[in-house]
Amino acid sequence: MQKVYARPAWCMNCHLCEVNCIIAHSRSRDLFRAYKRENLRGTARVIVEERLPLSVAVQCRHCDDPICVAGCISGAMVKDPATGIVYCQEDKCVGCWTCVAGCPYGAIRPGEKNGRPVPLKCDLCRETGEPACVAGCPNRALVWEERGAGA
Amino acid sequence: MPTLSLMPTEFTVVRNEEKCIKCLACVRQCGFEAQQYDAEDDRLYAIDANCVNCQRCVSICPAGALTIYKNPPPLRPHAFWTENHLRNIAKQAETGGVLLTGMGNDQPFPAYFDRLLLNASQVTNPSIDPLREPMELRTYLGRRPEPGAKTRTPLVPIATPIMFSAMSYGSISHEAFASLARAAKEFDTMFNTGEGGLPGDLYEYADHAVVQVASGRFGVHADYLNAGRIVEIKIGQGAKPGIGGHLPGEKITAPVAATRMIPEGTDALSPAPHHDIYSIEDLKQLIFTLKEATRYQKPVSVKVSAVHNVAAIASGIARAGADIIAIDGFRGGTGAAPTMIRDHVGIPIELAIAAVDQRLRDEGIRNQVSLVAAGGFRSSADVVKAIALGADAVYIATAALIALGCHLCQKCYTGKCSWGIATQDPYRSRRLNPEIGAERLYNLLRGWSHEIKEMLGGMGINSIESLRGNRLHLRGVGLNEVELKLLGVKHAGEAM
Ligand code: SF4
Ligand code: SF4
Repeated sequence: MQKVYARPAWCMNCHLCEVNCIIAHSRSRDLFRAYKRENLRGTARVIVEERLPLSVAVQCRHCDDPICVAGCISGAMVKDPATGIVYCQEDKCVGCWTCVAGCPYGAIRPGEKNGRPVPLKCDLCRETGEPACVAGCPNRALVWEERGAGA
Repeated sequence: MPTLSLMPTEFTVVRNEEKCIKCLACVRQCGFEAQQYDAEDDRLYAIDANCVNCQRCVSICPAGALTIYKNPPPLRPHAFWTENHLRNIAKQAETGGVLLTGMGNDQPFPAYFDRLLLNASQVTNPSIDPLREPMELRTYLGRRPEPGAKTRTPLVPIATPIMFSAMSYGSISHEAFASLARAAKEFDTMFNTGEGGLPGDLYEYADHAVVQVASGRFGVHADYLNAGRIVEIKIGQGAKPGIGGHLPGEKITAPVAATRMIPEGTDALSPAPHHDIYSIEDLKQLIFTLKEATRYQKPVSVKVSAVHNVAAIASGIARAGADIIAIDGFRGGTGAAPTMIRDHVGIPIELAIAAVDQRLRDEGIRNQVSLVAAGGFRSSADVVKAIALGADAVYIATAALIALGCHLCQKCYTGKCSWGIATQDPYRSRRLNPEIGAERLYNLLRGWSHEIKEMLGGMGINSIESLRGNRLHLRGVGLNEVELKLLGVKHAGEAM
C-alpha cells in the first residue's frame, strides 16, 4: 500500500507537518479556525521526534498485522481491507488507550474531541486523499509512495 | 568586557499575535537565535539585536504572522555621516577589529547596466519569433586554434551563455554545492568548484565543472584536474581584489577537510598572491603546467578581478596561453571579505568588459580567447548587455544563491546562514534539499535563457554569437562622453 515515508536526511525540524495535519483533521480545515476556535494546538497525528541536529517525522506505519486493532476492546480501531489504512471509528472509542500502549512505534497518542476520547493517530488523510503532511512539507522530507509489503 | 552598545538595533521583529498559532517554526528555523520561546509562559518573543533580516522566519511562518522592519534610526539624518558609517565606527570602537561582511558591494555606486538600453527591429529589418524559429544560445568556450596548430584543446560547449560562478565547498554547504552541480549538469552548462576542491561524492558532475586552482591549492590533485571540464586559475575575486581568503577552522569539518586535503579544524588560508606567480611569465608557467597535467584536453581559464589596469592584464593573460579569461567585477560576492575592500576596491564589470574586449580586438587577439564576465548579473537583460559589450558568457553566483533562498542578509561569514547555504552546520544545511535546489536553479536558467532568446529575436538576431561585442545594439542613457567612449556605445537618440 501507499504509505508515508520520512527522508530524515531532509527533515529540517520545522514541524509544519504537524500544523498541516491539524488543519486537515479540523472541522474548518482552516489554519486560524483550527487553532484559534477549535483549539486543536497539540493534536497532530504526526510527531516530529528531535535528536538535534537530526529530526524525523513519526507516524502510524499502517502495519500488516496491527497490534492496535488486535488490542482494541471496543472494535473501534480497524484496518480497512480495501486501502490498508488503520483508523479509528471515533464514535466507538471508549478511551481505554490499549492502542496507545500497544503501538510499537509510539504512533498513537491519547486525545479528545468534543469532550469524547479519540486516539490521535494518522489515518493517511483518508477523507481528503493526499496526506496533508506530505503535501505541505517544504523540504520534501516526507513522501507518500508504494514500497511493497513490509516496508 | 562588553561595554554599552552605542547603536540601536538595526531591525525589529513584529509578530502579529492575532495570527500567530505558536507553532514555533520561526524559533526552530532562525539561524541567529533572534526568535525565542519561553516554555514556562508559553510565550514567543524576539531578541531584535540578533535579527539580521534574513527573512527565514517570515518565509516559513504558516500564519503569515511575522514582519521584519528596519528600525527607523533615531539618529539625526546626515547625508555625509550616514547610519552605515556611525554603526561601523561604533562596532569597531567595541571590537577593535576589521569589519567583515558577505555577498557583494552594497553601496550606491552607479550600475551601468541600468544606463544601457537594447535595440529592437522595426519595419526595415524583421524581428524573429523565438517560438517559431530556431534560436541558438549554445556557446563554445576556449581558444580558437590557429591554422596549422599542432595541439588542439577541445572547445567546451554550454547550452546557454550563463554558468555558475565559483563558490567553494566550505564557504557554502554541501547541499548548496550539490544543487549547483546538479543544475549545471541538467541544463548542460558549468558550475565552478571554487577554491575548495570537489567533494568525492560529486565527481559524477565533474564533466560540468570548472575546477579551480587558487593560491591555497586546496583540493588540487591530478584526478581533480582531469575530471573537470575547464581548469581555472583564480588570481582574484571581484569582492576582494588583491587579498586572499580565510575560511575559519570551525567551517573545516571532516568532509570539507578531506576535500581540501588539510587537517580538520585548521584555518584554510589562501595567500593574497600565488607565491609562484609574480609576472605574466610565471602565470604562463602555471598555465602550461596545468595544460601538461591535463594533456591539453582542458581549456585553462584565468580569473582576475576587474581592476584599473584590467585590459592590459587581460592581454597578458591571453598571450600567456590562457584559453578563457574570466573577469569578476566589483559587485561580485563572497563568503567573507573585509567590508572596506568589498565596498571600495575594483571597477564595474560593464566598463571592464568593454575595455578588455576593445583591447583584445585592437591587438588582434580577441578571437583567440573566450571572455567570461562575472560580478552582479541580476537579470537576463544584464546578461544580454554584457554579451553585447563583448563577453562570451557570464558567471552568476549571487543570483543563483538568491534562487536557493538567500535574502542577502550579508552574514555569510558567520556560518549561521538560516537558509542552509553559507553554513557547515548540519542542522542548518539540511533545510536545503538539493533536489529542490537544483530545480530552482534549473528554472532560473530556463527563464533567463528564454528571455535572452526573446530579446535576441526582437533585435532580429537568431544566435547569441551575432550579439557578441555588437555594441551597436546598445545605447546609453544619462552617460557622459567619457563613459560612452569607454563603453563604446552611442547615446540613446543617436542613429546607427
Ligand atoms: S514538514 Fe517536513 S521538514 Fe518539516 S518537520 Fe515535518 S517532515 Fe520535517
Ligand atoms: S512561525 Fe509564525 S505562527 Fe509559528 S510561532 Fe512563529 S510567528 Fe507564530
